Amino acid sequence: MRLPCHFPALLAVMLTAGTAVANGLGDADKGAALFDQCKECHQIGEGASDRIGPHLNGLFGRRAAAHDGFAYSKSMTRAGVDGLIWTATTLEAYIENPRTLVSKTRMSYRGMPDPQDRANLLAFLRRHSDSPANIPEAEPTALPSDRDLDPAILALEGDAEYGEYLATECLTCHRADGGASGIPSITRWPRDDFVIAMHAYKTKLRPHPVMQMMAGRLSDEEIAALAAYFKDLD
Amino acid sequence: MTFNRRTFLRTGVAAAATLHAPALLAAGHDKPRVVVIGGGAGGATTARYIAKDSKGMIDVTLIEPSRTYFTCFFSNLYLGGFRQMDDLAHTYGRLAAGGVNVVHDWAIDVDSHAGNVTLAGGDMLPYDKLILSPGIDFIDGSVAGWSVAAQNTMPHAYKAGSQTELLKAQVMAMPEGGTFAMVAPPNPYRCPPGPYERISMIAHTLKASNPTAKIIIADPKAKFSKMGLFQEGWADHYTGMIDWIGEDFGGGNVSVDPIAMTVTIDGEETKVDVCNVIPAQKAGRIAEIAGVTDGNWAPINPADMSSRADPDIYVLGDACQQGDMPKSAFSANSQAKVCANAVRGALTDSKVFPAKFSNTCWSLIDTDNGVKVGATYEPTAEKIAKVDGFISQTGEDSATRKATFEESVGWYDAISADMFG
Repeated sequence: MRLPCHFPALLAVMLTAGTAVANGLGDADKGAALFDQCKECHQIGEGASDRIGPHLNGLFGRRAAAHDGFAYSKSMTRAGVDGLIWTATTLEAYIENPRTLVSKTRMSYRGMPDPQDRANLLAFLRRHSDSPANIPEAEPTALPSDRDLDPAILALEGDAEYGEYLATECLTCHRADGGASGIPSITRWPRDDFVIAMHAYKTKLRPHPVMQMMAGRLSDEEIAALAAYFKDLD
Repeated sequence: MTFNRRTFLRTGVAAAATLHAPALLAAGHDKPRVVVIGGGAGGATTARYIAKDSKGMIDVTLIEPSRTYFTCFFSNLYLGGFRQMDDLAHTYGRLAAGGVNVVHDWAIDVDSHAGNVTLAGGDMLPYDKLILSPGIDFIDGSVAGWSVAAQNTMPHAYKAGSQTELLKAQVMAMPEGGTFAMVAPPNPYRCPPGPYERISMIAHTLKASNPTAKIIIADPKAKFSKMGLFQEGWADHYTGMIDWIGEDFGGGNVSVDPIAMTVTIDGEETKVDVCNVIPAQKAGRIAEIAGVTDGNWAPINPADMSSRADPDIYVLGDACQQGDMPKSAFSANSQAKVCANAVRGALTDSKVFPAKFSNTCWSLIDTDNGVKVGATYEPTAEKIAKVDGFISQTGEDSATRKATFEESVGWYDAISADMFG
């Protein structure tokens, strides 16, 4: 089922917006060309089937890792369990930097930096969703649009000693020995992944009420301190 | 309470005091000494962290009468058949290996002037800092007709172990179509959702073994923790089985007769087969003996968990009166870390970081049907104050409820490791 790109008004709004999909989607035909980057692993459209990655028909509105029959990574499965739903907002964040939403995703894709490209690709992906009409209107446009982390935040040097103290709060639920039944392991995480993930919880881009609450009261320096501690915790 | 004089005495004659002690269990007179009373979520955690993080610079002694500790948290799951008693059992060997001097005895006296603790066995332990985490005791006479002497007939099962096993055995022995009664406690008490999770778990057990059995709850409160979630769960999973009688219907006007096995609620007497009496609660008795209680609980300073009555005594967990945090293992564990950081800072030159507190309480309603409530907290001048919070929603899908239950299992493993090493 193919839908023509028939949202010129939305498109116009989008072109003036700083964030690609805050107010609308892009040019689906241009998105079709961009999809060449994805083709090696993903199929889409009539007759699409799972390859290295799952087929991408009917993606909008679906829970992460909810497509039956595909063997998702542990990390993607966890995101689905936590309640991650693929919407214009979450998909854009994922395409921009997959690790923002799924730290240990198997999707080996470095991310699409240009917001216009992302909007175009999303418009193309949306053609192949069953009920795309209410997207993105169903998504609150008030969702935080600063998911592209300020490089200065990523560059913060964390105080590992403070991190060790702050981490004691994490260890009530996350096992220090890295055990991961029911609650994911957070030890030995690459520093940047940790910081990106915590900020995604803080801005509520990642689902999970406990993590949104815990990250919500941490300052940029405190997140950096935790990242500095956990990267070396064996 | 003359802590100025005491502080003076301690600095002046610390070495001399050790000579007077009949048997010194804390070795190394040159090191500062911390004594922790109570080996649960507050005490075990703080003992472990102080020993671990001070790297031998502080002597830490933990006094805990039980050689095997049964966690109250998840003991309802034993009643529901989701856990064995052994799954709830923890010992103190790893804490000892981690540098904590574990003494299995009762602390029977605290001399806050001299700065020492007397054990039932006769030994005396001097301290520079004393941390009390004794949990709860019951208020005598709070349920008319009930006393600890009757607990074998009408168990409280609110300190896990033999009482929990007894309650389960009584539930399993109920006659077909029999009646289980619970007398719920007034606020504040240990584990706010605990009685209602227990009702869910007992209903789960009875639904399989005795589906025509009835459950009645006499409750002095008009509302309770996760009320909407439990009531939805009871209506959906245990339809017609559970009768909750709250304050508005006379649930607080209750008496029991352990010999006749009757419960009288607002004048109406009912013959029951099992009666779980959860009395009103207060701080574990040693807190009162130490002179740090005001009424039923021990008020603390929110920045470091020190007692408001004595700067060298700290009170953690269920026994303390701190403000907005519920009395839970998670809260006690959270407070223990703030306390450990503060005590280490006071006794050595380690950095003291600002207090942060948090809590999450999971409850199981039925198989793979978990719910949770949680919040973050910070110290203010008056109390530990709530910052932010969340609660599971009614009508959640089964995948979310299953994930919440699995999360609670993960939490159990993590907090157990965090407490006991």
